[in-house]
Amino acid sequence: MQFGVFTVGDVTVDPTTGREPTEHERIKAMVAIALKAEEVGLDVFAAGEHHNPPFVPSSPTTMLGHIAARTERLLLSTATTLITTNDPVKIAEDYAMLQHLSDGRVDLMMGRGNTGPVYPWFGKDIRAGIPLAIENYDLLHRLWREDVVDWKGKYRTPLQSFTSTPRPLDGVPPFVWHGSIRSPEIAEQAAYYGDGFFANHIFWPKEHTQRMVGLYRQRYAHYGHGSADQAIVGLGGQVFMRRNSQDAVREFRPYFDNAPVYGHGPSLEEFTRETPLTVGSPQQVIDRTLGFREYVGDYQRQLFLMDHAGLPLKTVLEQLDLLGEEVVPVLRKEFEALRPAHVPDAPTHASLVAAAGGGKDSTVHAVDDVTGKAPEGATR
Amino acid sequence: MTRRTIAVVSAGLSQPSSTRLLADQLAGATRDELVRRGAEVELRVVDLREYAHDIMNNMLTGFPPTALREAIDAVTGADGVVAVTPIFNASYNGLFKSFFDVLEAESLVDRPVLIGATGGTARHSLALEHALRPMFSYLRAVVVPTSVFAAPEDWSGGTVDGALRGRIRRAAGELADQVERRLPASGPADPFALTTDFLQMLGRGDDAPVTSAGRTGARQAPGSARAESQPG
Repeated sequence: MQFGVFTVGDVTVDPTTGREPTEHERIKAMVAIALKAEEVGLDVFAAGEHHNPPFVPSSPTTMLGHIAARTERLLLSTATTLITTNDPVKIAEDYAMLQHLSDGRVDLMMGRGNTGPVYPWFGKDIRAGIPLAIENYDLLHRLWREDVVDWKGKYRTPLQSFTSTPRPLDGVPPFVWHGSIRSPEIAEQAAYYGDGFFANHIFWPKEHTQRMVGLYRQRYAHYGHGSADQAIVGLGGQVFMRRNSQDAVREFRPYFDNAPVYGHGPSLEEFTRETPLTVGSPQQVIDRTLGFREYVGDYQRQLFLMDHAGLPLKTVLEQLDLLGEEVVPVLRKEFEALRPAHVPDAPTHASLVAAAGGGKDSTVHAVDDVTGKAPEGATR
Repeated sequence: MTRRTIAVVSAGLSQPSSTRLLADQLAGATRDELVRRGAEVELRVVDLREYAHDIMNNMLTGFPPTALREAIDAVTGADGVVAVTPIFNASYNGLFKSFFDVLEAESLVDRPVLIGATGGTARHSLALEHALRPMFSYLRAVVVPTSVFAAPEDWSGGTVDGALRGRIRRAAGELADQVERRLPASGPADPFALTTDFLQMLGRGDDAPVTSAGRTGARQAPGSARAESQPG
């Protein structure tokens, strides 16, 4: 099982000091968090993509490429990549490039984005959110699997004899997750392709997650990718820890009470009861997290949101120490002991290459327009 | 015997509340009428005051806490709804509006609704027609023709044989008519139900061949998705 952190990259006032970080500080903090994630033994760092203040990560592959160069093992992912407003051609190119540079340490999570005004900035319309996600991803899926693509759809200009370069590393495209809170269509989409399904599992009751994952598993089996319990499931989660749980509650409360998403609404106690948020000791986090599999089954990836609502970097890094040193080692052991042998691990580049019967160079060499000749030894 | 449920939504703020009193009388008259016609009737009262904080939390977080969820399900899963509010500033009060604002889109479509209101003077009575009725029309609910307003003189004039009693009886009869001509409600709609399958979403219909080279041969024929396209 993989463990990691995901971040939306919000610039938020620290309610305890009134201080708001600059964009530069926030960007550097995100990098520091990623490096720390590797240092404390986590597996995954996933960055959000946003194109409006107060969020900074508008250019995810730039950031992830930088982190790739400064890490050795960390798997780089997104939370989420906007499959609606991005051109699928550019996603295919950017993430294949990142896949080469990171030697395969990359996967993606597709999401739609829920802010209406953002769509028209990219020539799109939020009312077509689901159809955009469906059409764009279907094209992306082909661009990574077919060397030459002829394509025509509703939402972008047609493609004729188009080759997306670079071709995926070893001929194996990055693994893709589809993230959704409550759109059954997205669970269906993930199931159809045999891709992973990621449930946000932060801001909403566990019943949403349970229903969506259940639907995804059922449809995954329907489309013939394996049994329902072999479907690839990831969950979000949100925790704040101190050794003494009362200290955790006291320290986190002002951040909770003023948080952009749920602040000034329910109490910390109500929200903790109604959603998977856990504020307490590392042992409480372990117990609650182990409980997730009781309603989603054995799953493959657990990402935690650790750095929002204005929490200072120093605090976030302390949280990552606790997560990496006290929580994740126990979770790894316990989840592994509970998982039946036929339930797979989360796919990695290595496992996908092995499943494909080994890696192969998939370079597409240009053909001379005049003579029609390809360079010697080149395949097309 | 047909089982029917009538949800009774009251946005009265004081306790005891004249709004709740009117709601109870409308609900009771509706129940009596349906029972007279041979139905078995369950009334589910939702006093919005008890959910005031939850309703605001739902506005802010996007999901209803458990107790409010149950109240919402009682309303959206009922055969008919009695909805009564005090009139504030020439309209429904904010609590009443907020409750209907947090319901799922389309959850009251074709639902018979009887609207009622209370106010400090009979001059408020047309708020029912210019505020409540358009809101429910927007929600595509079926609002019965008679709406019932109760002013102080209605209560002081005695309710047994007064004009209010007659309006209540007429409105309840209209609601019973609308409930009776529909099949029993099957409970609240499931927002997680899948109502399509992937190839339809992709715009390839049921018979289009799957041509993309990336697709594995292991997938079943496209048409087979349909039979199971509405999982439990």
